Amino acid sequence: MADPTSNQTFIVVGGGQAGGRAVEGIRKAGFDGTVILLAEEERAPYERPPLSKQVLTGEAEPDSAKLREDGWYREHGIDLRLATRAGRIDRARKRMVLADGRELAYDRLLLATGAQPKVPGLPGVELPGVHVLRDVADSLALRDAMRAGARVALVGGGYIGLEVAAAARKLGCDTTVLEAAPSLMRRQVAPELGDWYARLHRDHGADVRLEAEVARLLGSARVAGVELADGSRIDADLVVIGVGIRPNVELAMQAGLDADDGIEVDDQGRTSDPEIFAAGDVTRQPTPYADGKIRLESWQNAQNQALVAGQAMAGATAVRHADLPWFWSDQHGINLQMVGMPTGPVRHVWRGDPAAGPGFTLFYLDDGGRLVGANAVDRPADIAAVRRMIERGVSPDPAQLADPDVSLKKLLKGQA
Amino acid sequence: MADDTLEWHAVTKASELEEQEPEHARIGDTLICVVRLEDGIFAINDVCSHEFAQLSEGFVDGEEIECPLHQATFNLKTGEATAPPADDPVETYPVKIEDDQVYVGFKKQA
Repeated sequence: MADPTSNQTFIVVGGGQAGGRAVEGIRKAGFDGTVILLAEEERAPYERPPLSKQVLTGEAEPDSAKLREDGWYREHGIDLRLATRAGRIDRARKRMVLADGRELAYDRLLLATGAQPKVPGLPGVELPGVHVLRDVADSLALRDAMRAGARVALVGGGYIGLEVAAAARKLGCDTTVLEAAPSLMRRQVAPELGDWYARLHRDHGADVRLEAEVARLLGSARVAGVELADGSRIDADLVVIGVGIRPNVELAMQAGLDADDGIEVDDQGRTSDPEIFAAGDVTRQPTPYADGKIRLESWQNAQNQALVAGQAMAGATAVRHADLPWFWSDQHGINLQMVGMPTGPVRHVWRGDPAAGPGFTLFYLDDGGRLVGANAVDRPADIAAVRRMIERGVSPDPAQLADPDVSLKKLLKGQA
Repeated sequence: MADDTLEWHAVTKASELEEQEPEHARIGDTLICVVRLEDGIFAINDVCSHEFAQLSEGFVDGEEIECPLHQATFNLKTGEATAPPADDPVETYPVKIEDDQVYVGFKKQA
């Protein structure tokens, strides 16, 4: 890079996807001072979706998930410091104090500290053979343990648990899914669609148990099984806990920033300290699609909110983060995309016949008839039109929505 | 453009292309996405530069096509990547129409 016009230093804490996108945003907005990216892992930023899919099955290696090639950081003048742990923030002196006691002066700071798997306080949860899945090391440890014939019990039937279940079946493991709720992916999809996925996983040989409340994990030297609240037992060589994540807010809270279940930010990623920004899983942000602030645990948010926050940090005023929430999951080769945030009572409209197999979409309309969400099962092309309909507040005719011969694009434009 | 440097491959009928509705074609091993816009018919490589997905299954908005998997967008006229996660452009190909037949031009192998 040419000689910088700014002698300021921006520090980004967190080497996940959000940290990587934040430094990109900073440069994109024209900041040419010093940018330091602190990453706890030995790896440069990577994307997490493959960790519960292709990396787990051995179809891909972790390097394929890299956000950027290694040379990108140097080319963009990013001082990437791997295996570097943040200790605390000294806001009065504007110093980032590292865990080893060294200090880095900052002019502005961005926290992309992410989240970590929730681990319920079950007896036996500390036993060897109990896994979580969040980072590359977790994925490789699990892949190494999931040998053909191994008995794998998944605690939690959300999309991480179900993607691991699909990978486990592919690798020839004896697989049991334990979900406490009456249907799978309860936070993301309607019970009817959860039931469709329960059949999918059963058809692929998994034992799917609903309303299965785990009482404790069994075993002495290592985990040997799971005991449910009703007293039934499932033998297992491996137990994978997939019951959600909690945000890593310690650094922010210790510094006195507004934070509880996430660091509070505005729609530019600014925290309660105007010199400190935050982005990604760790934040609670406003959204046009819900009352109050929400935490978005998604690849989309780690990319787009972080790009906005990085640009805002560098002085861009026009950028705002207001994306319609969007998630996806791949299980047994079937692509599920989920868009929108249905709250309150909804009416369901199906397009395509779920009984005929994948290739259908479930729409959610609010009580005023407005489209507020959709789940597309192997119909990814529907999502782009649905997203625009939701953003524009369209109230489509349910009969036309249900008719696969009516183009969603024409419904969007009001031409159907 | 000097036509003698190109090999022209018939891909579809112009009258069958609806505006902003992408179609896919295959020429040898190459997947092609063909789209009619307001001011002409354009052809780009059909494979997203981020991760394998066919752009012809995506959504056309103005001059841009959005990948059905991760919402990267590409300009249909220039091939330029206009939204993340894609950085690299996709290849564009010249198009000509004769008697309603749409042809896509490939550079002749040397």
